[in-house]
Amino acid sequence: MKKICLSVGLLLSLMKVGYAQTEQKPAYETRKLKVEEINLVSSYYQQDGNNSAVTGGVGSEKLTDLAQSFDLVLKGIDRKNRQHTLNFDFNIDHYTSASSDQIDPLTVSSASRSDTHIYPSISWSIHNDANRTTKGISLAYSTEYDYKSYGINLSFAKASADNNREVSLKAGAFFDTWKVILPAELRPDGYGSGAHGDTDPVDYKPRNSYNASLSVSQVINKRLQVLFVVEPAFQQGLLSTPFHRIYFKDGSETVERLPGSRLKLPVGFRLHYFAGDRVIVRAFYRYYIDDWGMQAHTINLEAPIKLTSFVSVSPFYRFSHQTAVKYFAAYGQHSLTERYYTSDYDISGFNSQFMGTGIRMAPPGGVLGIGHLQSVELRYGHYIRSAGTGMIANSITFLAKIK
Amino acid sequence: MTIQITPTSALCGSILLIAATSCVSVKEYQKSRINDAEMELSARKSEKFEQNFYLYREGAAGANGGKSGGGCGCN
Repeated sequence: MKKICLSVGLLLSLMKVGYAQTEQKPAYETRKLKVEEINLVSSYYQQDGNNSAVTGGVGSEKLTDLAQSFDLVLKGIDRKNRQHTLNFDFNIDHYTSASSDQIDPLTVSSASRSDTHIYPSISWSIHNDANRTTKGISLAYSTEYDYKSYGINLSFAKASADNNREVSLKAGAFFDTWKVILPAELRPDGYGSGAHGDTDPVDYKPRNSYNASLSVSQVINKRLQVLFVVEPAFQQGLLSTPFHRIYFKDGSETVERLPGSRLKLPVGFRLHYFAGDRVIVRAFYRYYIDDWGMQAHTINLEAPIKLTSFVSVSPFYRFSHQTAVKYFAAYGQHSLTERYYTSDYDISGFNSQFMGTGIRMAPPGGVLGIGHLQSVELRYGHYIRSAGTGMIANSITFLAKIK
Repeated sequence: MTIQITPTSALCGSILLIAATSCVSVKEYQKSRINDAEMELSARKSEKFEQNFYLYREGAAGANGGKSGGGCGCN
């Protein structure tokens, strides 16, 4: 009887151990999606110059733009221990443009004198720690008075076993539709202005963009990491701007005309180095070439200096040089025999410089003692472009990060 | 076939060569500087709208982490 009791007791205790084992908590815990951070970015930009493409390469380029961005990041962990990141990005900007007002100078206020541009996007990515991969998809939408765009992007990244190298692949497509608004004096009979209330028809034309990206990042040592990226892009459809005027040598006038496709190949290299205890050097170089005959070199240097453990200033300087596309000529310089023509100084040959500084504060208890306001950043930059008679611009940005 | 070596390609090649041959395996606990917010290998969030105006005011675009398609910017 004793033996039976002992056997039953042993069996029960073993079952208890087994049960306890099934009750053991896993090495990870599922976590519902919760807010990781919110970034609020506000920006004011103003420019002035005298080479507007709307008026054929002469005339005011005065423009102001007020932009606001709301960026919400949510993170969670599923039952397979994969991290899910959901990102909602809502952007809105409102601009006033002196040159766009010249599309239809006879009206009191033309269709494009000012406009509001809204462009939200949503991204979802899954990071798997077990095989060190991240897969993602994002959808984008953009709307302006005369322009609509729908975009999709797919991404895949894989990190090395020691997490010091990552290879990333991305592919994207944007399907855009453009309302063809022509300069007032160049509209055929019965062609609409595109303004609200005008019942005369206007054309709609597509512009599609396809991008791919391959990047490799590498941690070199405890202070240095680099990134190499190549990002070919192909565009097709209406690539000229229908309300850009062209004036030929004989004084006659038409609208800009450019090829229906464009292949771009930018190659970028980024190097970030932590020097000493207080200074970081962020360097970026890009070489660009396309099949319209443009080549460009861009270099950007920024040096965040940590004044204290929670305040840093970041002076920056950016220099860019580009050659003109082969279809560019100034006001009154195109000849009637040319197949394509533009007087848009954005795609002319020039040097540009952008310089300024930023200040970032991230005190341990939150900015102004507000616990969730993790950091704020203020950034100002002055832009000089040598194209034509020159253009200058100023930009000021404020960023608040809530965690 | 002749291969032309421009100063730019020579510089990029040299940087990549130095980078590739001088890598050391950095452990997670040694990444306090690499993981600093300012060291992130992407454009800063506060550069978002600056990158938009580069895209509109300059012909060259892409490979900088900014917007690469969609939308007009024809103002």
